[in-house]
Amino acid sequence: MDKVDIVEGSAYPLGVKNVDTDMIIAAKWLKTISRAGLGKGAFEAMRQDPDNVFDDPAYAGSPILIAGDNFGCGSSREHAAWALNDMGVKSVIAPSFSDIFSGNAFKNGILTVVLPQEAIDRLMEVAKTDPIHIDLDTQSVTTPFQDRFTFEIDPFRKSCLMGGLDEIGLTLADADAIGAYEAKVSTDRPWVSAAVA
Amino acid sequence: MTKPRTLYEKIWDAHVIERRDDGTCLIYIDRHIIHEVTSPQAFEGLRLAGRTVRRPDLTLAVPDHNLPTTARVDPQGKRLPIADAESAEQLAALERNVAEFGIPYIGATDAAQGIVHVVGPEQGFTLPGTTLVCGDSHTAAHGALGALAFGIGTSEVEHVFATQTLLLKQSKTMEVRIDGKLGYGVTPKDVVLEIIGRTGTAGGTGHVIEYRGSTFRDMSIEGRLTVANMAIEGGARSGLFAPDEKTFAYLKGRPMAPKGADWEAAVAWWKSLATDEGAVFDKTLIIDAAEIAPNVTWGTSPEDVVSITGLVPDPDSFADASKRAAAEKALEYMGLSKGQRMQDVSVEHIFIGSCTNSRIEDLRAAASVIEGRHIAGTIKQALVVPGSGLVKRQAEEEGLDRIFTEAGFEWREPGCSACLGMNPDKVPSGERCASTSNRNFMGRQGPGARTHLVSPAMAAAAAVTGRLADVRELMGR
Ligand code: SF4
Repeated sequence: MDKVDIVEGSAYPLGVKNVDTDMIIAAKWLKTISRAGLGKGAFEAMRQDPDNVFDDPAYAGSPILIAGDNFGCGSSREHAAWALNDMGVKSVIAPSFSDIFSGNAFKNGILTVVLPQEAIDRLMEVAKTDPIHIDLDTQSVTTPFQDRFTFEIDPFRKSCLMGGLDEIGLTLADADAIGAYEAKVSTDRPWVSAAVA
Repeated sequence: MTKPRTLYEKIWDAHVIERRDDGTCLIYIDRHIIHEVTSPQAFEGLRLAGRTVRRPDLTLAVPDHNLPTTARVDPQGKRLPIADAESAEQLAALERNVAEFGIPYIGATDAAQGIVHVVGPEQGFTLPGTTLVCGDSHTAAHGALGALAFGIGTSEVEHVFATQTLLLKQSKTMEVRIDGKLGYGVTPKDVVLEIIGRTGTAGGTGHVIEYRGSTFRDMSIEGRLTVANMAIEGGARSGLFAPDEKTFAYLKGRPMAPKGADWEAAVAWWKSLATDEGAVFDKTLIIDAAEIAPNVTWGTSPEDVVSITGLVPDPDSFADASKRAAAEKALEYMGLSKGQRMQDVSVEHIFIGSCTNSRIEDLRAAASVIEGRHIAGTIKQALVVPGSGLVKRQAEEEGLDRIFTEAGFEWREPGCSACLGMNPDKVPSGERCASTSNRNFMGRQGPGARTHLVSPAMAAAAAVTGRLADVRELMGR
């Protein structure tokens, strides 16, 4: 996984609430068996609107997306995170995220930043003309106009993102503890595994 | 004395392998169901890293999402190819992967094949007190049997493959308490739509719901599956029902359920899981069963719920500005205007199926409305898609297939079908469908498709009248 520490640049001022994963990547794009190439299908329905932010040359290739409440709700499809990755989005800022989406985003090296609506409103303004700077180390979002908003992030996620760490590798280092748990369950509740044959 | 715990807390505690300082826990996963759509990249990841599946014996693979629901074998029993090349490739990839990693597989032409969330309970793969995951958000359904079940993304699928664990933080708890008897024509689907209508789609975010009260105790396992299935639509990752005698009766003798002495030991443990007297929930929602009417959705979010006797809402009636804007957009997309009577809304498509409502009770409920009637002349397509091959066979034994086909329905092979616009079953743009599925998002049933979520009985009522109709009137009440 790529390391994430600073994300800086223009931002898509989307602002829309309840952007579900079908809107991020529609079901017809889910037939792929690989992770790459989904950017071209991202936000397809919204792109029908000629004034959409994604096709506005001012924001082309933005590493940041600013959205409304409950971003990433709906289906658990990780394709949503892959699509954002493929279009070059490294961070999404919103007042809230669906649990599944923020987990998927994290696992794909996308930083989800939760800020209050007032901060979002301000960043939407700034994004129309100027870049936005996100610093994961100091957990802050700043603009060229002295705005500074700090955000909370789970310390484990933060260290994984900053170190570019592979979660599976980390867990496999605990294989002994997993084995010990399995051994205990096979005595206490043998039916948990005996049943499946 | 130990602190009283909820059902969720007991299951959680029994699965913690390690607790980190920041509260993240390494949780053991007892059951993992996979399908063709969200697994290929996880297998790809394993292969790239030279890893294997730790416990193939705790894993079960079933294809469902993009299998066509038309005949899968020709009259000679020869397997028919899938026309769509990408769908065919996804299925082929699943078949290669389960063979390579030794994962039990209920294949496309197996008599027991069906939607993952129908097959798991039906096979007894889903058990109370287990942790169960699947790369599909409606995995919450398995909570009907008292399994802590939730949807995961593909990276997590890969994590479970390699380690049989997940790194999670404990959720908060939410009690949804409904007491009393449901009114005539009011079904579990109406109950869950009512809940989501009240909490909104984010009302349960960060929480695991436990459904409590006499209404839920009286509900069949199939009804509970419908309710828990849509926990995620209210933002909760999981919904749980305490395992009880109904649960045990449902599971006993299922192919993968424990047998003999194991069964006795399992039941004893399952009984100990019920929420303790005095346990505290972080949040509570109380509804009186008598207040619930047959419900329909009017918009493009499952929270856009109104009773069938109600009207399309006025966007201006929402206090919240973004909600107002969303309602306006939804009405435009849905082709509805404020103040319109829901019962005057005509539909051209009927979909009875999906993991929410494709079990035998659902088909019986719909068939009881359809029997002796015919679908309206204005209906362009009416589909009944049983949730599994076993449901299909049972329905055929009961003659339900004939009731449907004589009424003008198409009787299909099991799969996700028109629940999501991914396989050939779609609703054309601008056309309207009364659907027993769980999501009415824009484009969910195909680009531009307009979806109204309803119960199977209500879908049947819409089929025979050609509009969203109050099933109670059709049934003479
Ligand atoms: S029927 Fe629909 S909701 Fe259920 S598993 Fe299939 S696609 Fe998902």
